[in-house]
Formats: sequence, structure tokens, C-alpha cells
Amino acid sequence: MSAVVETSRLTKRYRDLVAVNDLNLKVEEGEIFGFLGPNGAGKTTTILMLLGLTEPASGQAKVCGFDPTHQPLEVKKRVGYLPENPGFYDDLSGQENLFYIARLNRIPTDEARRRITRLLEQIGLGDDGERAVREYSRGMKQRLGIAEVLIKEPQALILDEPTLGLDPDGASRILDLITGLSRERGLTVLLSSHMLHQVQQMCHRVGIIVKGKMIAQGQVDQLGSAVFKERQWNFLVEVEGRVDGLESELRALHGVAGLEARNRGWFLRCTRDVRPEVLSLVSRRGLSLLQLRSEDTTLEDIYLKYFREA
Amino acid sequence: MSVVFWKELADHFSSRRFMILLAIIVLTGVWAIYASGQSIRQEAESAPAEFVFLLLLTSQSGGLFSFATFLGLLGPLVGIMLGFDAISGEYARGTLSRVLSQPIYRDSLINGKFIAGLTTVAILWASVLLLVIGLGIVLVGFPPNAEELWRMLIFTVVGILYVGFWLALALLFSLLFQRTVTAALGSLALWLFLTIFAPLIAQLAAALIVPDPSTPEGVVRQVDIANMFSRISPSTLYAETVQIVLNPLARGLGMVLAEQTQGFQLTPLALSQSLLLILPQLTTLIALVAVCFCISYIKFMRTEIRA
Repeated sequence: MSAVVETSRLTKRYRDLVAVNDLNLKVEEGEIFGFLGPNGAGKTTTILMLLGLTEPASGQAKVCGFDPTHQPLEVKKRVGYLPENPGFYDDLSGQENLFYIARLNRIPTDEARRRITRLLEQIGLGDDGERAVREYSRGMKQRLGIAEVLIKEPQALILDEPTLGLDPDGASRILDLITGLSRERGLTVLLSSHMLHQVQQMCHRVGIIVKGKMIAQGQVDQLGSAVFKERQWNFLVEVEGRVDGLESELRALHGVAGLEARNRGWFLRCTRDVRPEVLSLVSRRGLSLLQLRSEDTTLEDIYLKYFREA
Repeated sequence: MSVVFWKELADHFSSRRFMILLAIIVLTGVWAIYASGQSIRQEAESAPAEFVFLLLLTSQSGGLFSFATFLGLLGPLVGIMLGFDAISGEYARGTLSRVLSQPIYRDSLINGKFIAGLTTVAILWASVLLLVIGLGIVLVGFPPNAEELWRMLIFTVVGILYVGFWLALALLFSLLFQRTVTAALGSLALWLFLTIFAPLIAQLAAALIVPDPSTPEGVVRQVDIANMFSRISPSTLYAETVQIVLNPLARGLGMVLAEQTQGFQLTPLALSQSLLLILPQLTTLIALVAVCFCISYIKFMRTEIRA
């Protein structure tokens, strides 16, 4: 395995604002890397530097083995980039839009035609290829964008907020498409997003960037243990019956560090597994237990924790 | 670059904007030529003029403006219409970053766009001129001679250059202002300023420098200074060039006192002599186009492309 995208101490300044600060990023071949961060954290700026669309103030980047600042064309030949809110020529049809991009990539006409037909089929726009892009919905445009980055048969994809502004169904279709493609063709994917749940499911590794600094990088479960120094046990308890006084008894249990009231029960943050104690407490009071569920740290927890700290 | 060029060219020719421009130019052109043709036919019966075809282009006896003036007025509009959304439009549609993330050199986009615009103008101007020649032959009854053809050809080339200047300017504005509307209004404002206000300001400036034009020398000096100033404007350069190219009898551009021409026999100048007269104007016009485009080029190469 070799790194497809690698940066070392990459920095970008806009006058007195440091947009990207000493960023070290590594994306291995064939993996899906989630690039997470709040708005204005420097995700897009980093991506622009990876493509040579803007120059870094200092530091190095290597994409597919080339330096994007000095050999942008070599990088652009190998990397498909889908910007945030990709736009198309509204008057042209989906096919014609793809054809223009194919010609800019110097793909021979016959080959381009074949690829366009196949790709439109693959992204589910087989019947809409001849319609003007003006008539496309947002989700269709986003899918057309995916087809467009694939037309040059890239080694790697860089997708900036591919699910922005899509409904949950449209978003998960896009992400399924990306996951499928990555698996099928061994594509390396770097995607920036704030759709945490989906990213958690599909990414092999994630990096979290806040205010231009990469504050955590790694597999999601590893990140969790790094954030919460000792393992955390979170439980959701829901009971039915006379509950007055139960809350203070739960709080008094050994190992319960925190307690939050939820709709019909409590959320417990504990330092150990307190399920047996909770069970016996509930049965002693003659209440019926609706559920006792263990809740793992989610990416969202990690994300929020970092945001608050930064 | 050729990919961008062909796409832009196809876009221009299929756009509604181009159809409107074509209709306006053809209609006004035909009308102007027809009007001057009618009046020339009447005059020609008494005293047949030399260079009838050139007269057809410059005579304003029939209509409001002559054909040459019309093209001078519409030219900037054509240039601005073709160029004002070249970059800002791509920005607004969000296509710029997509196109520039393809393996093409960045300058091929702006070069392709500029050359496509210029080609569109050239095709438009050439076809209008051919139309005019055809119409002229019908109206006058005989074809133009070689000298007239050469002068008309130069007139066309100068016209394309002039429109090219406005195209380059609109392109620059479309880069400077990311909003399409601002770019269009900005170029239109500059056009109004250079065409209408610049000559007025030039006269004011000349009046300040030579406050008392009581002697003939004073008058000449004042007019000369006003001319110098107004030559900052490409509209003046174009107007002067056309005036010399289309009128072989024109001797110069400055003011000529009646005493100076006494005893002169007014014979037409050879083409080369006319060209010599307008060489400064012509080179300045070319330089202006080049400078305008170069600024856009450098600016475009250095901007950061955000989606």
C-alpha cells in the first residue's frame, strides 16, 4: 500500500488568517477517507491545494506521486474532483456536459461515447442523458457530477461535500454509489463532509480538521478511545411505573459518572458496566423495564468534543 | 485550447444573444445602406462621384447615421455582449472549478474564450460587409473597384479590432467582478464614458490649457490639444481611422484653416498614404487590445478558483 495523497506541514494563509495550518494528511491507496470539520475549517482550501488550484504558503503535498503546485496537469489527469455545489452548462444536456469534459481530457470520441453511456446507466440517469441539465433535480446533478469525475477513469476521487443539500435518501444513494465504486475499482476516495452518520459507516479512516488544524486522524473506533481516555460505558434506561426517587438512586450507584434525563428514562455515563445493578434496582422497586441499551461513542460525540475543545 | 474554442464558438452562435445582435446589425445596416443608396442615386445623375461604394458606407444624407457610424456604435455593444459573462458566468454557474480541475492549462480557457469571441465578431463583420457589397451592387448598378475593396477590407479589420478591444475589456471586467450584472454594467458605463464624455472632457481640458483662442494659432492649438486628449478613448481612435480609410480625399486629422487649402487641388490619396496617416491610431488600437487582454490573462492566472 502506498499513499495516494500525502501532505506534510501544508499551510495556507490569507493575509492574517491562517486557513490551513501545518496539515499532515495521508490517504492510502484504495481507502475511503472522510475529511470532517465545521464550515470554514479549511477543508475546501486543503482540497484546492491538493489540485493545484491554489498555492500553499508553505509545506508540501503529493498526490499520486506528483506535486500539485508544480505539476498540476499530472495530478488533474489522475484525480477526479467534484466541487461543492458542482455547476453544469444548463443549456446543454447531461450527455453534452460529460462530452465536453471528456474532450478536455482528450478522450477519443468513440471511447468517450461508450464511457458516457455506461456511466449514465450506472448512476441511474440512463433515460435522462438527453435532457437539458436545467431540468435536473439537485440529486440528479450531484449524480451527474459523480459520472463526470469518473469519465477520465481516475486513480483517486476528491469529493467536496458530495451530499450537501440532498435529502437523506438522495444522500445515501450518492454514498452507496461512492462506496460501490471504490470497492469495485479500487478507487481511493477523499471526501469532505459533515454528514457524520454516513461517513462513520462508509469511511475506513477519518480526519477531523478544526480552524485549519488536523486535530485527529485515524479509524473511527480508535478515535473514540483516543478522545475519551478511559473506555466509557453509556446506557439508556427506560422504565415504566412509579419512578419518583429512582433518579437519585441511579445516580448513587457505584460507577455512574453522569446522568441525563431523557423522554421516558435516563442516559447514564458510567466508568464500568452497571447493567446488573440497574436491573436489580429496577426489579427491587417493582418497575417494568422497557429497555436497557448500551450506546457506543459515535463519531458525533467525538466530533462535538473536538469542536468544543477547539 | 481548441476544445474550449469550439465549444465557446458553438455557444455563441447558438445563443439567443447572438441572434438578437445579428438581427439588429443586419436591420440597421441594410436600412442605412438603402437610405444612402437612394440619395446617392439622385445626386449621381448630376455629378457622378468617385468612390461611390465608399460614399455608400459613409454618407449620412439619407438616414440618421451612416453605415460606418452605425457599426462604430454597435461594435462596442457586440464586444460587451459577447464578453461580459465569459468568466463571471462560469463562476455563477459553478462550472469554472470543474473545468479547471481537468487536465488543461489554465490559460487555454481564457485564450479559447477570447479567440472564440473574436472569431464570432470576425464572422459577423465579414458577413455584414458582404451583405452590404451585394446590396450596394444592386443599388448602384456596378461593382466596387479594387481600391474600394481594399479600403472596405481594412475598414472591416479595423472594426473587428475595435470590437476586440471591447471584448477584451468586458472579459477583464468579467474577471474583476464576480457578479455578471456588475461586469455588464461596468463595461457599459466605461463605454458611455469613453464615447460620450471623454471628448467633452478633452475639450474642457484644452480650454483650460489654452484659455484664450483669439488668434488663429490659438484656435489650432486648442483643437490639437483637445484631439490629443480625446485620443485616449478608443472610440476616437476608431472614428478617426474609419474617417481616413473610407475617405480617400481626407488629408489629415487636425484642424485645417481655409487659408491652408487655398490653391489646392483635392485629389484622392493613394491607399498607402491613407494608411500612413492612421498608422498611430491603428497601432494604439492594437496595443489597447493587447494590454487589456494581458491584464485579464495575468489576473486570471493568479486568482484562486473557489467553487
